Amino acid sequence: MELAQLAPRRLAARLAEGIDGTLLAIALALAAIGLATLYSASQDDAARLTAQLANLAFALAAMWLAAQVPPQTLMRFAPAAYLAGIALLVAVALAGDVVNGARRWLHLGVVRFQPSEVMKLALPLMLAWYFHKNEAALKLRDFALGALLAAVPVALIARQPDLGTAALVAAVGVYVLFFAGIGWKPLAALALLVLASLPPLWGLLHEYQRKRILTLLDPTQDPLGAGYHTIQSTIAVGSGGIGGKGWLHGTQAHLEFIPERHTDFIFAVYAEEFGLAGGVVLLALYVALVARGLMIAANAATFFARLLAASITLMLFTYAFVNIGMVSGILPVVGVPLPFVSYGGSALATLFIGIGILMSIHQHRKLVQT
Amino acid sequence: MRIAELKDHQRELYYFQLRVGIAGIAVLLAFGLLLARLAYLQVVQHDTYAAKAEENRISIVPIAPNRGLILDRNGVVLARNYSAYTLEILPAKVRDLERTIQELAEIVEVQPKDRARFRKLLAETRNAESLPIRTRLSDEEVARFAANRYRFPGVEIKARLFRQYPHGGLASHVVGYIGRISARDQERLAEAGLDSNYRGTDFIGKAGLEASYQHELHGVTGFEQVEIDAAGRGIRTLARSPAKAGNNVTLSLDIRLQEVAEGAFGARRGALVALDPSSGGVLAFVSKPGFDPNLFVDGIDPQSWEGLNNSPDRPLNNRAIAGVYPPGSTFKPFMALAALELGKRRPSSTIQDPGYFEFGGRRFHDSKRGGHGTVDLYQSIVKSSDTYYYMLANDMGIDAIAGFMQRFGFGAKSGIDLEGEATGVLPSPEWKLKRFRRPEQQKWYAGETISIGVGQGYNAYTPMQLALAVATLAANGSMYRPHLVAHVDNLRSGERRHVEPVLVRRVALKDENLEFIRRAMAGVNREGTGARAFAGAQYSSGGKTGTAQVIGLKEGEKYDEKKIAERFKDHALFIAFAPLESPKIALAVVVENSGFGARFAAPIARIVLDYYLLGRLPESMPGRAAPEEEPDDEEREGD
Repeated sequence: MELAQLAPRRLAARLAEGIDGTLLAIALALAAIGLATLYSASQDDAARLTAQLANLAFALAAMWLAAQVPPQTLMRFAPAAYLAGIALLVAVALAGDVVNGARRWLHLGVVRFQPSEVMKLALPLMLAWYFHKNEAALKLRDFALGALLAAVPVALIARQPDLGTAALVAAVGVYVLFFAGIGWKPLAALALLVLASLPPLWGLLHEYQRKRILTLLDPTQDPLGAGYHTIQSTIAVGSGGIGGKGWLHGTQAHLEFIPERHTDFIFAVYAEEFGLAGGVVLLALYVALVARGLMIAANAATFFARLLAASITLMLFTYAFVNIGMVSGILPVVGVPLPFVSYGGSALATLFIGIGILMSIHQHRKLVQT
Repeated sequence: MRIAELKDHQRELYYFQLRVGIAGIAVLLAFGLLLARLAYLQVVQHDTYAAKAEENRISIVPIAPNRGLILDRNGVVLARNYSAYTLEILPAKVRDLERTIQELAEIVEVQPKDRARFRKLLAETRNAESLPIRTRLSDEEVARFAANRYRFPGVEIKARLFRQYPHGGLASHVVGYIGRISARDQERLAEAGLDSNYRGTDFIGKAGLEASYQHELHGVTGFEQVEIDAAGRGIRTLARSPAKAGNNVTLSLDIRLQEVAEGAFGARRGALVALDPSSGGVLAFVSKPGFDPNLFVDGIDPQSWEGLNNSPDRPLNNRAIAGVYPPGSTFKPFMALAALELGKRRPSSTIQDPGYFEFGGRRFHDSKRGGHGTVDLYQSIVKSSDTYYYMLANDMGIDAIAGFMQRFGFGAKSGIDLEGEATGVLPSPEWKLKRFRRPEQQKWYAGETISIGVGQGYNAYTPMQLALAVATLAANGSMYRPHLVAHVDNLRSGERRHVEPVLVRRVALKDENLEFIRRAMAGVNREGTGARAFAGAQYSSGGKTGTAQVIGLKEGEKYDEKKIAERFKDHALFIAFAPLESPKIALAVVVENSGFGARFAAPIARIVLDYYLLGRLPESMPGRAAPEEEPDDEEREGD
């Protein structure tokens, strides 16, 4: 009798071990917003909600596992993860599935996933590992090498083409360099280098990508083509007003004026139905998430852990910023989901694994402090 | 070493935490930017975007009302509606029109005619309108397109009501036709403040009663508020006010009489107007040649249009009200009446007719060589003496003639309920002053008065004016405004509005004078120039033949029918009323370029009167198209 009562409690305690309640609460709140919005946006397709629930369950399990792995172990596997990520990207370039004209997906038996997702975590792991190894005396040469390590996957992802993810991965690389203490001058030089590489990059861009960027400057140029996304999502956001039209009452979403309303443009649905008030809540949740993440980074035990936590946190921020910026019409339309909210298994898993890593770092914060 | 390392460590941690702080501030700034953007969109610009979302969402779909029918006096349908499928293109939503049409042609038949019409419509009509590339699709074609619909954004099958004229070209100038609303129609509607009632309407009356009764026939447009999705598909109806069908218009015209009258013309060009003298109701209204109004219904193809528009026979010209002709000798009864009323002649007074009248050194010839001898007023009408009227006109003077004729409606629009009526010319010094610019042309010459007396010279009247003058004569001087429509019916309310006879004026005339003229006109049909055409008629009637010169003949030149090109041949005219006592019908006939009125116009009048009064065609009638033969003396004698 006593045993029977004890066992679940023990199990709960074991499950809760290493789990940061604050982070989990924030992430789950965001996921709940996502599910509610998704429910509203997919009344034509109820299966989508079930699928996302399954995605969430899988992502939570992955987070739990990640939270159980101590940072030292992660560090040990960092180069392997990076190399595996590179290998997958090469594989996808050679044998990936083409969806919407881009080769991004890889079939592994029954599961289909985007290898670029792996790189979102593998790159900061790798760079944090590299800088940690040379922690005592980081020279400019090290930062240059770090930049090169970042450039390889970025180039591979950009070639798919998946400009949004490439930019994100590049941003994560820069974050690691930044936190690793790259001097202001080399940082400025790097920024200049990126700027200087823009014109030649423009030539490498696909027609639709150029159009998206040009359309950002004036969406009305092509109201039925490239500008359509931005115009309709802006209308959805603006028409939401302060209080929103109410859950399930967004006309823009329900009449299918918002394209990709389950995935990249889910914020338009949310903002239409919940208004500015909902937007403030969502932004507050992200601010809390970032604050918690940066706090964990600041208190992390090792250089590796600090770099990893800070860059993962800023990656989460970047996701949210780019997505909301794009939906509200101040950034070009790139395929970046709204973290924890958008529909989609790969991204959700990556995000929760990231959260898991943060939890693990938080859990092991005092260990080396002797 | 250890301490240095620790210090190093401390410093490194400090730098890291500094950078975390910087990152934190950057994050806050970035989210602040997003918040500002959201506030701008959702608070400052909220009204704009809310309106845009509504615009996106709600579409006002007009429901075009069913057009009213046009019926003859017996309820025979002259214009009706039927439903058919059309294949329509919304040009604004199609990127490459040519390619789309090309691809459509693989699924449904698209003839060059259809393409030409589509291009014409595209050039003519209001923008943002869906235009038919094909009309009257078969069920099979509808099914074939439906299966391929996804390939053609901006192309749709629509069920449309079409106008149909079951009698084809019969009474085409009465009924008229409808056509697509043009930019000019649109402007006119906007000026009249009617454009909102025409939002769902594609067609408008362009000619005939379809045009003049457009607003009765059209009805009231209904509206439906429909919630639509991004693809423009209607999701659900939010509100609806149904359309109210147009009114039915019933004519005083009898389509069977019309058919008989048109048949009597055969292939000849001309016009006939038959009126009910006691009300002004139009009984028959012919303008030949006509046209098939059905050609116009779904947009006339350019080829047919060219054919109608450029034909030398001018089939689109409504001769009955827009064609002007010299009345010729049909003018004489009115001249005789004027002489009696003004005391210029007495019935008993006679003249000697040598075959010409000399004035100012110029001879005005009688159509009968050698003249009619001693002629009194009665004979002048029955035998149609020109000399008598040359002299009479000279005696009366132009002012007296114009003043009298004006009262019979000559040279003025009759006011019939059709558009496009011509005024004609009632010659007078005032008219000349207005008509011409140069002083020597503006002056009226006494010699010009003389040919006015026989219905030539500047005289130019529409067949409608002639018929109205005869009807006024038949109604003892009461002139009723001619009208085609007898009543207008509102089908919903059951309300019927009759077109009441409108007395334009009562021409004051002495009974004995009227009686004399009617007796003389009866004499025309009994023993005069109309006798042949009215031989054996089972009713009494009055008439007058007329032959109007198309070109002026030189002095001493004799008219030779055979030598003159067809277009320059004389117009044949006839006016008539019947029965003599209390006339039920008065008419005027003009047969263009045919020759003598007695031979070509009077028989048509006989056919119409027989059918109207007896309900049958004449038993012993010369054929509709009389064989070309040398006119005998009797015909030659009269005009």
